Amino acid sequence: MPPAITVDRVSQLFAGSNGAPDATALDDISLDINRGEFVCLLGPSGCGKSTLLNIIGGLIAPTSGGVTVGETPVRGPLPRDVAFVFQESTLLPWYTVLENFRVSLEFQDRKTGWREHSLAALSSVGMEGFANFYPSALSIGMKQRINMARGIALDTGILLMDEPFAALDEQTRLVLGEDLSVLLARTGKTIVFVTHSLAEAVLLADRIVVMTARPGKVKAIIEVDEPHPRSPDFMLQPRFSEVRNQCYELLRDEIRTTVDAMREARDARAG
Amino acid sequence: MLAQANAQLRLTSIVRAIQLGVVVILFGGWVLITSSHAVNPLFLPGPLAVAGALAHLTVTKAFWGAVGVTAFTTAVAYAIAVTAGIVMGFFIGRSPTLTAAYRPVLAGMFAIPITLFFPLFVVMFGLGPGSKIAFGALYGFFPVVLNTIAGFAGVEPLFLRSARSQGATRIQALRHIFVPGAWPVVLSGLRIGFFITFASVLGGETLSSASGVGHAIAHEADLLDSPPMFAWIVIVLVASVALNLTLSFIEKRAVRS
Repeated sequence: MPPAITVDRVSQLFAGSNGAPDATALDDISLDINRGEFVCLLGPSGCGKSTLLNIIGGLIAPTSGGVTVGETPVRGPLPRDVAFVFQESTLLPWYTVLENFRVSLEFQDRKTGWREHSLAALSSVGMEGFANFYPSALSIGMKQRINMARGIALDTGILLMDEPFAALDEQTRLVLGEDLSVLLARTGKTIVFVTHSLAEAVLLADRIVVMTARPGKVKAIIEVDEPHPRSPDFMLQPRFSEVRNQCYELLRDEIRTTVDAMREARDARAG
Repeated sequence: MLAQANAQLRLTSIVRAIQLGVVVILFGGWVLITSSHAVNPLFLPGPLAVAGALAHLTVTKAFWGAVGVTAFTTAVAYAIAVTAGIVMGFFIGRSPTLTAAYRPVLAGMFAIPITLFFPLFVVMFGLGPGSKIAFGALYGFFPVVLNTIAGFAGVEPLFLRSARSQGATRIQALRHIFVPGAWPVVLSGLRIGFFITFASVLGGETLSSASGVGHAIAHEADLLDSPPMFAWIVIVLVASVALNLTLSFIEKRAVRS
């Protein structure tokens, strides 16, 4: 059986604006992600991890290289195979929660049984009581919980999550992380999860792909051998700290490089 | 919740009381100034004289004729402004390049006092409703097109990215994201556009015209017959307030759902 996702020598250049040189966002990335695996992309800000996620999901075409999902080469969005959950809520404010599910399933070309299906997905995250609420009446945490439920309701084999919990406070983040781990164990989805939180990566991932500062390359891949569903109690175990420290060591120099690069860019502009 | 609702209610009644107070003061001032003969009744007739003129006016055939002309002219001018403004605004607002190119140009044109070109419209389209239609349509077009551009250009790109990942077609994105996202801003452009068209038609009729409400006002002013002139003005005032309340109500209803 082929891997769920194959990233084959992907590079991404962004054209520099105002005469600035082209920037290399991703440099020759290759990666295989197995079915049912939870992979975290961890790296300093600006290392291209979100870009890589968008390339995997067919929202951006890479400058060179390619991605294969199952046996299909990615040339655009694959709504039946790949769903996204973004950092900010993408619930349309003019529709209720349930209407948002209906519209998303309609986009996917599924018209029958949407109501039962949506309500089941909502109740799997304990939000069925809010089906007829407008998003503006919900907290950020509730909205992200619903976005997660919708991502799952789209019934794709792959779920791509772009820092979905970044806007949440740490406690809500832990609760949603635990929910996600439970849902993952139940649905067997393949998840690629972008984060810059070390603890989140270790808590959730089967494998952590540590990326270098821009241009983003794969620096190391770390396995976290702990079965799902995971509880936040995993964070109390010595092994959690070990893996976390290992990630930090790998990341430390990259964060330093990123900060220095930002400082240089600022000084260049000021000078 | 109840305390909050009560506080809200109290605030609303205070606001209403202040608004009513303004009306009472204005009307009282009118009565006071005119009854004390502080101003020549030729410039400002008393409320009774105006009411009498109003009663006379509304039973004449000429009155309904003038109202009909102005209503027709405004309706046609507004229809043109809305159609052109929404179509152009939609195509410009959908494209970031066109938005960057045209938005400042249109905003700049809107800032020009187009009234200065009105004589040109009269030369081109004559003294009849044609020149007023062209003038009102042109002036009303700008707020509609500018708000339509703002509405469509302001649609959250993340919503579109998310919809694209879910397989939305162009039509689906238009129906579920662009139109509902742009709608509140477009709607307020439609409201502003209406009043600008209405004011331009009346202004045009006042400047040079053979018929319409504006023409009637200018005509009475020429005859130095101020009670009927003020009667006309009262009619325009009442019509404007009523239209504004209606449009605001529609706007609120539409935006809420």
